[in-house]
Amino acid sequence: MAKVIVVTSGKGGVGKTTSSAAIGTGLALRGHKTVIIDFDIGLRNLDLIMGCERRVVYDFVNVIKGESNLKQSLIKDKRVDTLFVLPASQTRDKDALSKEGVAKVLEDLAEEGFEFIICDSPAGIETGAIMALYFADEAIVTTNPEVSSVRDSDRILGMLASKSKRAEQGLEPVKEHLLLTRYNPERVKRGDMLSVEDVQDILAIPILGVIPESPAVLKASNSGEPVIYDSESDAGQAYADAVSRLIGEEMPLRFLEEEKKGLFSRLFGG
Amino acid sequence: MSQPAIEFKGTNFTLSVIHLQNNDLDALNEKLMEKVAAAPSFFNCAPMVVNISKIETELDFDKLKQIIEDQDFVMVGVTGCRDKAQKISARAAGIAVMTSGADSKRAIEPQVKAPKAETRIEETKLVSPKRLATKVVHGQVRSGQQVYAKDTDLVVIGSVSNGAEVIADGDIHIYGTLRGRAIAGAQGEANSKIYCQQLQAELVSIAGNYMVDDQLKSMATGSQSISLEQDQLQFKALTITL
Ligand SMILES: Nc1ncnc2c1ncn2[C@@H]1O[C@H](COP(=O)(O)OP(=O)(O)OP(=O)(O)O)[C@@H](O)[C@H]1O
Ligand SMILES: [Mg+2]
Repeated sequence: MAKVIVVTSGKGGVGKTTSSAAIGTGLALRGHKTVIIDFDIGLRNLDLIMGCERRVVYDFVNVIKGESNLKQSLIKDKRVDTLFVLPASQTRDKDALSKEGVAKVLEDLAEEGFEFIICDSPAGIETGAIMALYFADEAIVTTNPEVSSVRDSDRILGMLASKSKRAEQGLEPVKEHLLLTRYNPERVKRGDMLSVEDVQDILAIPILGVIPESPAVLKASNSGEPVIYDSESDAGQAYADAVSRLIGEEMPLRFLEEEKKGLFSRLFGG
Repeated sequence: MSQPAIEFKGTNFTLSVIHLQNNDLDALNEKLMEKVAAAPSFFNCAPMVVNISKIETELDFDKLKQIIEDQDFVMVGVTGCRDKAQKISARAAGIAVMTSGADSKRAIEPQVKAPKAETRIEETKLVSPKRLATKVVHGQVRSGQQVYAKDTDLVVIGSVSNGAEVIADGDIHIYGTLRGRAIAGAQGEANSKIYCQQLQAELVSIAGNYMVDDQLKSMATGSQSISLEQDQLQFKALTITL
């Protein structure tokens, strides 16, 4: 059975695409046949972060409109052979997606034997975001540790509970995961940012992971290689942990504390 | 036999009452603007009565009416007039002079506790609405969501988020943190209460008597039971000391 997982947030720029790429890649690296779908029609971001932007011929909208078949549109990842990307169109507008069309694509993907279907949602709470979350079995609610992002995540959680297919049909509710990204322990300590506990207290859903704010993320997206490959980096390791938890392994949270400064920097306040 | 063209019947209404603290109408104007800004849809065209019992000096009734109506309230009348002269000036400005049930009862029977919240226009017993089963919400009430328990009480087993609204015609019980808005006694039941394990609300209201964020913060935090006593919200910690 294919599992449809939406990566959503409400607020823009919190790290949905970064997380979709890292987690999708992580699942594939563990041998699960995985596809990441870019629902951010008109912007096209995922293919850049995945480093496959020059191989896009047909896209998600082409498939839905019947202008290409699924096989033609899926881009096979160059690094892992269990990973595929279904890119968004840069030229169409958001209304190009229809529920029936998306449902058909998801069915066909399941038939192709995909175990995980990761939906990278656009920002906002309108049609595009609803379309991305509608068919979800699970949701990775991506949140930055600040008030406006937490509010938007709360709003999205409300929509998952009322506007998703599972909610509409009275099925078992969408399984919710909190992914706290761009976490900066130093700023949390200073009180400029909410802590993990603060956010969990407000959103009241289980935590999938805490991804620290890290220069490795920008480096990764510049090189078109998802940050999970950077196993030296804190962000890379944190995403790997999150993937483990997603498939049911127990993992303690890491990177919640400030890195201990060496004697030198402590003496000279570096 | 022809029906009479009109019929006079006594009915009770629940009205929000503004308690004027002093003669500073500009300050009132500012306060009202704040309230409306904080909860625009909540007050839309709401009928208002102004209690002027605390006003010692002469009041500019025309200006008062203008201020209330400028904020899209409907000015129903004033209550708590001190003397005949005040009543006459109110009427001259086209404002009804009302006697609240609380006032008249107190005059006759000073020992008896005044009835709460509703400003009684007529002295008729309030017919209690039929009681339905309590409405229970399992889980969080999230930002952007609204829950209404019509003709009954509401129980939330979870927290109420900022930007969420829970409304009941009866009591509201929140087994979690109240961060959003809670409106109990929405049809005017002044005996309604609000209970919560953590009070961090944006607004609480009982039978139209409300308090918003800033005031609330200074009133109470922690687990609270909120009730209405003589048009004033009362906060009590939800702990029993033996
Ligand atoms: N853990 C992190 N540390 C540092 N920078 C990060 C981190 N996560 C994301 N970023 C940066 O934040 C920006 C937004 O990230 P991303 O594009 O993944 O967000 P998004 O939620 O998909 O945005 P949109 O809403 O526009 O789709 C990017 O510049 C990315 O490099
Ligand atoms: Mg994105």
